[in-house]
Amino acid sequence: MSLQNFHAIASIYKFELHRFRRTWLTGLLVPVITTTLYFVVFGGAIGSRMTEVDGIAYGAFIVPGLIMMSMLTESIFNASFGIYMPKYSGTIYELLSAPISATETVIAYVGAAATKSLMVGTIIFLTAHLFVDIHVAHPFAMAGFMILIAISFCLFGFILGIWAQGFEQLQVIPLLVVTPLTFLGGAFYSVHMLADPWRTMTLFNPIVYLISGFRWTFFGRGDVGIEYSLAFVAAMLILCIAIIGWMFRTGYRLKK
Amino acid sequence: MASIIEIKGLTKRYASGFEALKGVDLNIEEGEIFALLGPNGAGKTTMISIICGIARASGGSVTVAGHDIVRDYRGARTAIGLVPQELHTDQFEQVIDTVRLSRGLFGLPRNDAYVEKILRDLSLWDKRNNRIIELSGGMKRRVMIAKALSHEPRVLFLDEPTAGVDVELRRDMWKLIGELRQTGVTIILTTHYIEEAEEMADRVGVINKGALMLVEEKTALMKKLGKKTLTVVLADPMKAVPAELAEWHVTLHADGHEMEYIFDTQAERTGVSSLLRKLGDLGIGYKDLNTKQSSLEDIFVSLVHQEKAV
Repeated sequence: MSLQNFHAIASIYKFELHRFRRTWLTGLLVPVITTTLYFVVFGGAIGSRMTEVDGIAYGAFIVPGLIMMSMLTESIFNASFGIYMPKYSGTIYELLSAPISATETVIAYVGAAATKSLMVGTIIFLTAHLFVDIHVAHPFAMAGFMILIAISFCLFGFILGIWAQGFEQLQVIPLLVVTPLTFLGGAFYSVHMLADPWRTMTLFNPIVYLISGFRWTFFGRGDVGIEYSLAFVAAMLILCIAIIGWMFRTGYRLKK
Repeated sequence: MASIIEIKGLTKRYASGFEALKGVDLNIEEGEIFALLGPNGAGKTTMISIICGIARASGGSVTVAGHDIVRDYRGARTAIGLVPQELHTDQFEQVIDTVRLSRGLFGLPRNDAYVEKILRDLSLWDKRNNRIIELSGGMKRRVMIAKALSHEPRVLFLDEPTAGVDVELRRDMWKLIGELRQTGVTIILTTHYIEEAEEMADRVGVINKGALMLVEEKTALMKKLGKKTLTVVLADPMKAVPAELAEWHVTLHADGHEMEYIFDTQAERTGVSSLLRKLGDLGIGYKDLNTKQSSLEDIFVSLVHQEKAV
């Protein structure tokens, strides 16, 4: 841990947010439209034929899952792209030759990516209010959980960005692993609705713990205990930080 | 003068086993222009990459302004500005934004007046709000120089600054480097254009296959290794070289109007006076004489050839 070049952290953070700002219209419209579509399809068309899930109206029930789904994708995409692009364009030379530590680099890039993904999460949350009544049981826990999720998945994206050696590799994990796991992670249903053996198998899906934990902050209950969710997020944070630390120490795919 | 960069026993071996640097020792003096000359693949870029923190050394040590590049990387890197060989730029960003980013990256607070001065000096001020993708290759190179200078470095590395640049731009670049030197910045440039080293450098290092073959003041180098050409402008044109002049290996040029003799300035006997005496004996008249110093290119070629012979 070496923290002293605060000008560098601020410069990268601003530069990255500036990059997002260039595409702010799509950046903001996409989550709004996606959320609206989900509400029309699941909330309106299907939800009207469904009874409550765990005593919660179906339209409200899917809100935490929707936010979580978009935030996971956004976090991974933004953070992996943020560090992959300099590698791809060659401008990484400047980062490597600057008097900046690994910790500072990660704080700046992950901080910027997490900021954007939190903005997206907030927009979806606000859009959802247009369709359903939502009462958040633990607002501070909700905000804290969102921040933790944004940071840990941005760290994960950062790892992918360093690891990826082409655009295809950059996409493969989010599309082939994260998206399916999110769909199967209880975004649109409660794990209790499944019969065994699916129910037991679902418990091996890490995303279940995230969505369940987030749902707990909304409704005071989830598929699994909140302590499991927090433990999972903590484990993910520690693992990602350890991997990034190793990457910078060995110069893995960064330095020759 | 004090050394601003001290390189000791620097080696680089890639995972493939290829040895890019084989124990380089070199000191760079503060304020000089040092040209690192060598063919493609000689190790020039590898050496710069290690000093700047882009690659890791396999062995040896480097200090920049007294700071070890590994133990005290912040101190070392703060002193360095790097302009790499390839045009790596943030294509979609505006010129002034990327220059400000560079300054911040190197730990300095925003300073619009200083950034403006650099952009004006590099004739980029009018383009400051252009996206980099809109600029020509020469202008992009200038943006990279502006980025490297944005944090007021004491040492500037220019890796092949004029590779793939047209003649006019090359002249501009040389002028620019001359002006930078006036500001007291130490400049290390790599090139495989001998002309470039000859034009600008105070000292020249020749590197080949990862080893420094020599480091010398440019003028001393040219004097020491240089050959001179004596051109004799003949009073009457000559059809063939007379047999009596065979031992001097002279050649005829300009339709027999000129005779050229190449001699080694370091030789005990240059053969100049004996040749002229012989010409007098043979009754060959001449109107003019001039001698020309051979270029670094000749020196370089003969050095690389020596290496091959060994």
